[in-house]
Amino acid sequence: MSDLQTQGQPPAGNPATAAAPASTSSRTSRIPLPESTLLRHLLAVLVCAVAAVVLLEITDPFRNSQLATLSYYAIAAGGLTVLTGLNGQISLGHGALMAVGAYTTGLFLSADEPLPLPLIFLAAVVVTSLVGALVGAAASRLHGPYLAGATLALAVGLPGLALKFKETLGGDQGLRVRAPRAPDWFGEAIKAVSGNPASATKWLAYVGAIALLITYFLLANLVRSRIGRTWRAVRDNDVAAELAGIRLGSWRVLAFVVSAACAGLGGAVLAIVVRLAAPSAFTLVLSLALLTAIVLGGLGSLLGALIGSALLVFLPQLTTDLGSAAGLDGTEAAQLAPFVYGVVLVVAMIFAPAGFVGTIRLRWLARRAKRAIARESGR
Amino acid sequence: MQQFIDTTLSGLAQGMVFAAFALALVLIWRSTRIVNFAQGSMAMATTFVALALVHAGWNYWLAFVVALVSGFVLGAVVERVIIRRVEGGPELNAVIVTLGLFVAIQAAVAIIAGSSFQSFPAPFGLRGFTIGGNTIALTPNRVFVIVAVLVTMGLLVALFRFTRVGLAMRAAAFGQEVARLLGVRVGRMLTLGWALAAVVGSLAGLLIAGGSFVYPAYMDSLIVFGFVAAVLGGLDSPIGAVVGGLVLGLALAYVSAYFGGSSVVNLAALVILVVVLLVRPGGLFASTQARRA
Repeated sequence: MSDLQTQGQPPAGNPATAAAPASTSSRTSRIPLPESTLLRHLLAVLVCAVAAVVLLEITDPFRNSQLATLSYYAIAAGGLTVLTGLNGQISLGHGALMAVGAYTTGLFLSADEPLPLPLIFLAAVVVTSLVGALVGAAASRLHGPYLAGATLALAVGLPGLALKFKETLGGDQGLRVRAPRAPDWFGEAIKAVSGNPASATKWLAYVGAIALLITYFLLANLVRSRIGRTWRAVRDNDVAAELAGIRLGSWRVLAFVVSAACAGLGGAVLAIVVRLAAPSAFTLVLSLALLTAIVLGGLGSLLGALIGSALLVFLPQLTTDLGSAAGLDGTEAAQLAPFVYGVVLVVAMIFAPAGFVGTIRLRWLARRAKRAIARESGR
Repeated sequence: MQQFIDTTLSGLAQGMVFAAFALALVLIWRSTRIVNFAQGSMAMATTFVALALVHAGWNYWLAFVVALVSGFVLGAVVERVIIRRVEGGPELNAVIVTLGLFVAIQAAVAIIAGSSFQSFPAPFGLRGFTIGGNTIALTPNRVFVIVAVLVTMGLLVALFRFTRVGLAMRAAAFGQEVARLLGVRVGRMLTLGWALAAVVGSLAGLLIAGGSFVYPAYMDSLIVFGFVAAVLGGLDSPIGAVVGGLVLGLALAYVSAYFGGSSVVNLAALVILVVVLLVRPGGLFASTQARRA
C-alpha cells in the first residue's frame, strides 16, 4: 500500500537483473495477492482497519489520545510526502495549510446547528484545497530554496491573519472548538466489540483513524495511477516531461492542491482532537516537524510518513520519561526531547540517507539482486 | 515627520542585522549549496558564551571577541564533522541535517543555561541622540550596529577581492573540480567558508541581543527574516542579501508603524516575498541562468 517510489530498483547494467524479476516472481507469490491494484489496496485497508480497532481497544485513554495525535500528523505528512517525494516540491508551509483546515472546522462547528461531521471535514478539505491552489500557482515557478523561502514565509505569515481578524478567529487565544459528541450507535458498537466504555477520547481517536485510512487509501491509489506517474516524470526530468506534452505548471499546482487537501483534513482532525484552533498550534515548528517526519520515515513512502509521524508523537514522550527516570528535573527533561530528536535527525541522515523505509527497501533489493546473481552463476 | 524619521532609522538598524544574517546564509549557500537553518542556533549559542563571560566579570569587548572566535570554531567543526558527510547528497537531506542541528543546539543550550529570559548588556547607550530639542530614534547602540555590519561587509569584500585565500574560496565555490585541479584545497575552503559565515551570523546575534533579552529561541524570527531577505535578494548574490535585508527591514518597520502594528509584520514579509518572487523567481539580483540540460 505504501510502495510509492520507483527508485531503488536493482542496479541496472547488471546481466543478472534482467532475469531476476522472472525468477523471483514465482517465489514471492506464495501468498496469492489480487492482481488489481485497487483490490490489493482495499485488502490492505481492511487489515489496517482491524489492526487499528485492536490497537485502540487494548490501549488506555492516554494512548488513545496519542494515537489521535498520530492520525492528524500522519494525514498531513501523507499529503506532504506526495508533494515532496513524488513531485519534488519542498514545502515548509504545511502547518499554515493545516491551520486553514482547523479554523474552517472550528467555524463550522461553532454554528448553532452544526452540519454533520463528514460534511464539515469535506468543507475544510475544499477550503484548504482552494488555498493550496493559490499557493501552488505561486509556487509552480519556484525551485529549491526559493520555494522553501516562500513557503517558510507562508508558515510564519498566515497564522497572523488570526491575530488580524480577532472577532471571528479569536486572536491570540484562538478559537475554541466544540468537539462533536459521539453518536449512540458508537457506544453500542464498542461495547459489542470489546466491552470497553466508549469515551469522547475514544470517539475522536476513531474519527482520526478512519480519516487516516481513507486518506491513505485514496493517496495510494492516486500515486499508482497515471497522475502519480506524471508527477514522477515532472520530478525526475522536467524538460523531458515537457517535451512529452506534460504541462509542468498545472501538474505542479495539482500536486499542491492534493497535498493541501490532506493538510486541511489533518488540520480538521487536529481541531476536534485538541479542541482549539490557535496560532500557537501552527508555528513554524509544526511545518518543519512534518518535513522531518517524511524524510526520516523515507521520502515518497506513505508507510514512511506514518513511521515518521509516530516518531514525532512517541519519541518526545519516551525521552522525557527516560530523562525523568534518570533524575533530571522537569524543565531539563522537557528540553531533552527536542535535543534527542535533533540528534536523531542528524544521525539518521548521515547513516540512513534514504530514510527508514527507503534504507530497508534498498537493503532488501540489494540482497535479492545478490541472490539472483549467485543463482545465475551457479547454473 | 518625526515618526517617519524614527521609523526609517529603526528600520535601517533592523535591516542591517537582517542583512548580516542573510549574508551569512548566502556565504554558505554559494560554497556548499546548503541553506543553513542551524545558523540562528549557532549564533544563539555564541551569544550565550558571551553572556556567560560577561556574568563572570569579563569586559564586554573581550567577551564579544571570544564569542566571535567561538562562532568561527563552531562553524568549522559543524562543517567538518557533520555537514561534510551530507554534502553532494540529496538536497533535502542536508536541509534536514541543518534542521536537526537547529533543534539540537537550541535544546542543548536550554538544558545548560535554562530557558528563562536574561538581559544582555549593550556596549553603548540606548538613549536617542537629541537634535534641535527632539530626541530621535537613533541611539549610539544603533550607530554601533550599523557601523559594525558595514565594517564586516567591507572586510568580506576585501577578503574575497584582494587576498589569495579569498580567491581560492571563490574558485572552490565556482567549480570544485576545476579548483581542485588548480591546487586549491577545496575541503579546507568549504570549512573556512562555514566558519566565516558562522562569525557573521554570530555578529548578527550579538548585535540584536545588545540591550535586549536573550533566551534559547530568541534568534528564531531572525532566521525567518534573514532567510526571507536572502531569498528576496537572490541566494547567489551577497549584494542581493544586503539589499534584501535593508528592504525587508525598512518595509517591516513602515508596515508596523503605519498599518496596524506588529501582528501583520509576518504577513507583510510573506506578501513582499511572494510579489517579488512572482516577478523574479530567482530573487531581485538573480543572474541570468543558462538553461539546464
